[in-house]
Amino acid sequence: MNREEIAIEFRDVSFALPTGRTLLAHLNLQVNRGETLVLLGRSGSGKTTTMRLINRLIDPTSGQVIIDGKPTEDWDPIQLRRRIGYVIQEIGLFPHLTIEQNIGVVPRLEGWEPERIRLRARQLLTLVGLDADRFAARFPRELSGGQRQRIGVARALAADPPVILLDEPFGALDPITRRDIQQEFKTLQQELGKTMVFVTHDIAEAFVLGNRIGLLKDGEMVLLGAPADLLNSSHAEARAFAACFHDGQAIGRPA
Amino acid sequence: MTLLEFFAHNRSEFAELVLEHLFLVIMSTGIAVLIGVPLGILLTRKPALSKPILGFANIMQTVPSLALFGFLIPLNIYLFQFKIVGGIGARTAIVALVLYSLLPIIRNTFTGISNVDPAIRDAGRGMGMTDRQLLLQVELPLALGVILAGVRVATVICVGTATIAAAIDAGGLGRYIFRGLRANDNILILAGAVPAAMIALGADLLLGYFEKTIQLGAGARGKSKKLLWAGLLIVLAFLGGMYFFTDKGAGRIAVGSKDFTEQVILGEILAQTIEAKAGLQVVRRFDLGGNLAHDALVGGEIDLYIEYTGTGLLSILKEKPLADPQEVYRRVKEAYAKRFNLEWTEPLGFNNTFAILIRGEDAKKLGLKTVSDAARVSSQWRAGFGQDFMSRADGYPGFSQAYGLHFEATREMDLSLTYRALAENQVDLIAGNSTDGLIARYGLFQLEDDRHYFPPYDAVPVVRQGALQKYPALRDVLTQLGGILSVDEMRKLNYAVDGEKRQAKDVAREFLRGKGLVP
Repeated sequence: MNREEIAIEFRDVSFALPTGRTLLAHLNLQVNRGETLVLLGRSGSGKTTTMRLINRLIDPTSGQVIIDGKPTEDWDPIQLRRRIGYVIQEIGLFPHLTIEQNIGVVPRLEGWEPERIRLRARQLLTLVGLDADRFAARFPRELSGGQRQRIGVARALAADPPVILLDEPFGALDPITRRDIQQEFKTLQQELGKTMVFVTHDIAEAFVLGNRIGLLKDGEMVLLGAPADLLNSSHAEARAFAACFHDGQAIGRPA
Repeated sequence: MTLLEFFAHNRSEFAELVLEHLFLVIMSTGIAVLIGVPLGILLTRKPALSKPILGFANIMQTVPSLALFGFLIPLNIYLFQFKIVGGIGARTAIVALVLYSLLPIIRNTFTGISNVDPAIRDAGRGMGMTDRQLLLQVELPLALGVILAGVRVATVICVGTATIAAAIDAGGLGRYIFRGLRANDNILILAGAVPAAMIALGADLLLGYFEKTIQLGAGARGKSKKLLWAGLLIVLAFLGGMYFFTDKGAGRIAVGSKDFTEQVILGEILAQTIEAKAGLQVVRRFDLGGNLAHDALVGGEIDLYIEYTGTGLLSILKEKPLADPQEVYRRVKEAYAKRFNLEWTEPLGFNNTFAILIRGEDAKKLGLKTVSDAARVSSQWRAGFGQDFMSRADGYPGFSQAYGLHFEATREMDLSLTYRALAENQVDLIAGNSTDGLIARYGLFQLEDDRHYFPPYDAVPVVRQGALQKYPALRDVLTQLGGILSVDEMRKLNYAVDGEKRQAKDVAREFLRGKGLVP
């Protein structure tokens, strides 16, 4: 594949805590431009660690993470993070700022004109399906969980970064809201054509949103391929997740 | 007189004391915020420092305020030509108050920032905020409520502690409290304590209100916030200017006094005589607690005050007690000149020592003149002593042994109550102070200490040698004051202030006029 087409590449990356415990071992993977890679795995399998290596919240113990052809250790971490949108499960909206201000954080850091920031915030509110007039001046505590998570996504998109990281963004939502927001997100994904890395432990979500799925277990990548590959795999962990998927289907199917 | 009448009569003085008090509190809390908040932030960045720094702030809070003042006065630290620590007055009081109010501010800044939700911090860092941006745009705004709560606690501590600052001539409402305690005047004590409590309550409410608005209006408009900060800075800068440029004593002679009635009268006598005879401008720095007058004299903050020979020998020089008054005077004069460059001039003429007192009619009826006389007849008597006299080794235990005294009973009570108890026949012998005005008032008789058990406490002006060289006229004035006051006269002056509630300066003027020293 053309090197230009690779947005993120992991080359034999390991990460261990200062205590010596290994969280990630010899990870190799490539994320292509415009593709959504879903990292699937149980709690503690190394999904979040992989994410934090991409925006350099942590540095690899060995190996290299390469973003746009340059290893992360050669990137200025601040510059790097500003071109990577980041959405986390806890959302982390700033409670002392209005919705409009929250969405405008990165543009403000980048020194945009106030008017441009305002327009961008309103545009994004509309994009994530919220009425800009109603929500712009509110504070995060005045919003429901689903609305807040939409703001989290809007905030990550604000400065139009080429790469977006989403760490179980819909994990804390109720199943119905979750399904709605997944569908909306899928549409958004197709519209925007961004490179995305999406972490989840929900295989159904992985199937809806992922072009490819990487299955992690105990810090190792046990499978990387299309959704169909996962269903057909004979690996024990893949079969465990596939079983969950079939159960879900069975429950959903009318008797 | 009721409290309200008092305020009505002393309106301008009261207003001045309130302003002085507010000045002390605002300055100290302001400086404590400027030091404490950055320190608290530093601790969140370097947690290893939190133990030593919080430990230091903790210890500062436990140091008794008078001890801290005594430690700070002789320091004299300069920043360029400005003195920043040392001496008596507001400066030292503010340094002490800052040290007291640091703990809550540092601790709350540290906890406030540490308690910011880690997810929020993670989101900020993930979005590419630098440490500085994260601090200023996220952590500090979110911790502001907790930090303000710390400032609130610090302010209330300051308002209370600032009353003690009156002991080092820093002004404030403490002046009323100290004066009231000295004169046993409840109205005066309340005149200081009630407004101080109101200031504390007011500050608490005001800052509490700010705390609430900040939490409710989280993300309030940036402009009004900037205005608020600018306003605070201007107030601080203004007060800071006052702090450095108001030097009360420049180019004038400063008379000090300790913090009891007799000392204030003697201070007035010194000050008025110097004004009249030497034609010098005098600054009065009275009411210095504990040994602060001595510290201030050594530090050059005052030029002279009245000290007692026995106090100089025992509590300043820490030597053994001596009976002979001439010998004590000679020793302190010599040691002070050598060690402190201070000179003891002519004694004023009276000795303020322990006085063994009985009723005047008993003395006459039984023909008693000395303590030895009394020892022969005292086995049927009841004695009343203050707690201090009962407990110190050179008090009752040593004294009764030296004279072989026995009483039917000894009662321990507050010193100020013993005089009345004696006058009302509840006890038959007490140990008071020889210059106490109540001796004359109740017609008591002082038995002569014929075995010279108590060390002499002759009152003598102590002067800086530098001041004597600078103002040659000073020596003549002090020579004229030699031997001017007998014990009897001192008792009357004390009674005029304590008993008749007259002003010390009027009493002193009247006395000096009688002696022809002032017009």
